Amino acid sequence: MDRVYLYLLVMAVVTYLIRLLPLTLIRKEIKNTYIKSFLYYVPYVTLAVMVFPAILDSTASPISGLIGFLIAVIFAYSGASLFNVALIACLSVFIVERFI
Amino acid sequence: MMGNLAAWKKGVIDGIPIGLGYLSVSFSFGIIAATAGLHIIEAVMMSATNFTSAGQFAGVTLIASSALLMEMALTQFIINSRYFLMSAALSQKMDPKTSMVHRIIMAFGITDEVFGVSVAVKGKLNPYYTYGVMSVALPGWTLGTFLGAYSGDLLPPSIVSALSIALYGMLLAVILPPAKGNNILSALIIISMVGSWLFSQVPYLQNISSGVKIILLTFIIAGIAAALFPVKGEARNG
Repeated sequence: MDRVYLYLLVMAVVTYLIRLLPLTLIRKEIKNTYIKSFLYYVPYVTLAVMVFPAILDSTASPISGLIGFLIAVIFAYSGASLFNVALIACLSVFIVERFI
Repeated sequence: MMGNLAAWKKGVIDGIPIGLGYLSVSFSFGIIAATAGLHIIEAVMMSATNFTSAGQFAGVTLIASSALLMEMALTQFIINSRYFLMSAALSQKMDPKTSMVHRIIMAFGITDEVFGVSVAVKGKLNPYYTYGVMSVALPGWTLGTFLGAYSGDLLPPSIVSALSIALYGMLLAVILPPAKGNNILSALIIISMVGSWLFSQVPYLQNISSGVKIILLTFIIAGIAAALFPVKGEARNG
């Protein structure tokens, strides 16, 4: 019992420090163009890497995952809101899985 | 930058799909945690204090195998090191005058999705926007864990499956709109996805954990892009 909480403590501290240090230590605007550009590109690369191909394994079958992915891409690209993209992706997965 | 209350409300609205997505992911997490022998309270405590998916899944596995604490620390560091880059990116998204207290609270909420929507707001980031997102996302994450650990068969599998794609859908809604009409960003996103797919297919690369893969690809792709296509001034900051 106590041992588990020790694990939880270690996990929480390590994870929080990773999140905390840059945000509290970098308090000025970075002037270096390279670092600035790198940080500008980070979200696009990191999130794209995380979405694909993991999205195919997120649902009950790769087919519903793929269709959900394509539909989300189309709606996101045409400017649908965050909420709507998420909702439409869920609905398409739900519907596709009725038929397979 | 809008008023604090308006920013908070906007955050709550954007937080709803995140909260729903978290509910289904943490529901699965709760089931796995209970199966691995964790008490409901322990599973809920883990979600409330860690607020991260991959790290917690790995954590449960390590606890079940009675790993060393050092091993646990190292694993969490590797899996979650992407938050380091996200936190650094957010530091540039905020008004430099943002107080230490705001930074300390916001840091706790940096998950892939909360970061994604926060970094995508127009102009400088108001911390209250992120608080709004967190105030839906964190309860969703914790509640889902409780429900999953308490009763694994509360939600039908078809609903869990459908909800599981919500988070990916919203991440796409974060990265794709700015890429519209921007060839560099569009190419970057496609290259990132293809690169990520290669890591899942090619022998040897397959064995690399997802945390390491994310960090490696981010450093390589964003690093090369920054050298080839430097971003000048504030123009692209929003």
